[in-house]
Amino acid sequence: MMQTSITQAMALIYRGDLILAFRRWEQIAQPVVFLAMVTTLVPLALSPELGELREIAGGVLWIAALLAALLGLEFLYRSDHADGTLEQMLLSGQPLALIALAKTAAHWTASGLPLVLVSPLLAVGLGVPADALVVLMTSLALGTGILSSLGAVGAALTLGLRRGSVLLSLLVLPLAMPALIFGARAVDMAIHGEVARGPLLLLGAMFVLSLTLSPMAVAAALRISQE
Amino acid sequence: MNWTWFHKLASPPHFYRLAGRITPWLGWPAFLLIVIGLYGGLVLAPPDYQQGDAFRIVYVHAPSAWMSMFIYGMMAIAAAIGLIWRIKLAHAVAAAAAPVGAWFTFVTLVTGSLWGRPMWGTWWQWDARMTSELILLFLYLGLIALRASIDDRERADRASAVLALVGVVNLPIIHYSVYWWNTLHQGSTITKFGKPSITFDMLWPLLVMFVAFKLFFGMVLMLRVRGEVLRRERDASWLREELTR
Repeated sequence: MMQTSITQAMALIYRGDLILAFRRWEQIAQPVVFLAMVTTLVPLALSPELGELREIAGGVLWIAALLAALLGLEFLYRSDHADGTLEQMLLSGQPLALIALAKTAAHWTASGLPLVLVSPLLAVGLGVPADALVVLMTSLALGTGILSSLGAVGAALTLGLRRGSVLLSLLVLPLAMPALIFGARAVDMAIHGEVARGPLLLLGAMFVLSLTLSPMAVAAALRISQE
Repeated sequence: MNWTWFHKLASPPHFYRLAGRITPWLGWPAFLLIVIGLYGGLVLAPPDYQQGDAFRIVYVHAPSAWMSMFIYGMMAIAAAIGLIWRIKLAHAVAAAAAPVGAWFTFVTLVTGSLWGRPMWGTWWQWDARMTSELILLFLYLGLIALRASIDDRERADRASAVLALVGVVNLPIIHYSVYWWNTLHQGSTITKFGKPSITFDMLWPLLVMFVAFKLFFGMVLMLRVRGEVLRRERDASWLREELTR
């Protein structure tokens, strides 16, 4: 029998997860619709004045995107856990951390990326000027990436628990707060015509750090869940 | 090097007896020092020239704040020991410490809020230190919640340990981002009552209280670990002998 290399295995897992995600398109659409709805609530609750909305647009979009990205997290390992795929992954002899990384990447592509792509549309609705949109998308791309990495740890820890989804948000949100601080700050600076490089670079550093460390924590948590 | 003391320490029966023996040695000094520290702080220390008597809350507030962070670190070390060497007692220590740490964090927030009312004129300021203390409370609550929702003891121990380690890696990041966030947003609106080069009269009760809180935590921890051991080893034969003795 031919040995599958880890890069092949990662590519297969990534592709497989994406195929599964796109077959159940409502799972991809739901967070996007959620994001749009939460953003719609803000003018209704506060003021339809674009000038006022612009002042808070960065924070609102970031909070809404974080919450929307949380929605899909609990499904990250659930079906693999239910049908035994996870056990096969553990037994496969491949480095579990890298498998976890591939799963996280697939999850981000299916849940984080759509949010990033739809965010400019909603931002314009909140009065964000066009030149701030690139910063918004960059910051959200990094931010949803951080949330997917951290969230994967939470998802692995709460695998198969009752009321796991509420617990998952309780575990992940405090850890995501630094990303929120710098992400919202970057967007805010861009809206006011300042150069948002500083917070974006810090966000990038956090992204790299979480991408590096979290797969190992996920692997440890997955092993624990299958003991 | 001889490691038998370490393995002996990790054995529940040995630790159970040891903890029982040292509890009074922690508890009574803690009690004495709290009395001395409170007397020194509330009676002997002169009122602050700016804050009057309100500053005296520092004698509870600062030691609690210190304990809230110390306990998280200690818990993470215990969790790491439990994960690496698979020592169940270390997990019991981490499990026993988390609620105590959460409570110290809560006390810090409440005393800080009570202090803020006369000083800043508000119960709550989104000040960097207060905010990071609040996030610390959330981290504690997450840990307690995770442990509570896993039925299998072994899995609960190990999952909480992983979470504690993830938290301890994130704590400095959270702390510094919150710190920068506040300085980014606005120049500190809270007039820094920058430590008016504290006199010895005010300082010594504070130091006494620091030591007293440490000892108090030690005592509570010993009691709680004994409780954990009782619960975990309830079917063990040594425990039956121990209790019927």
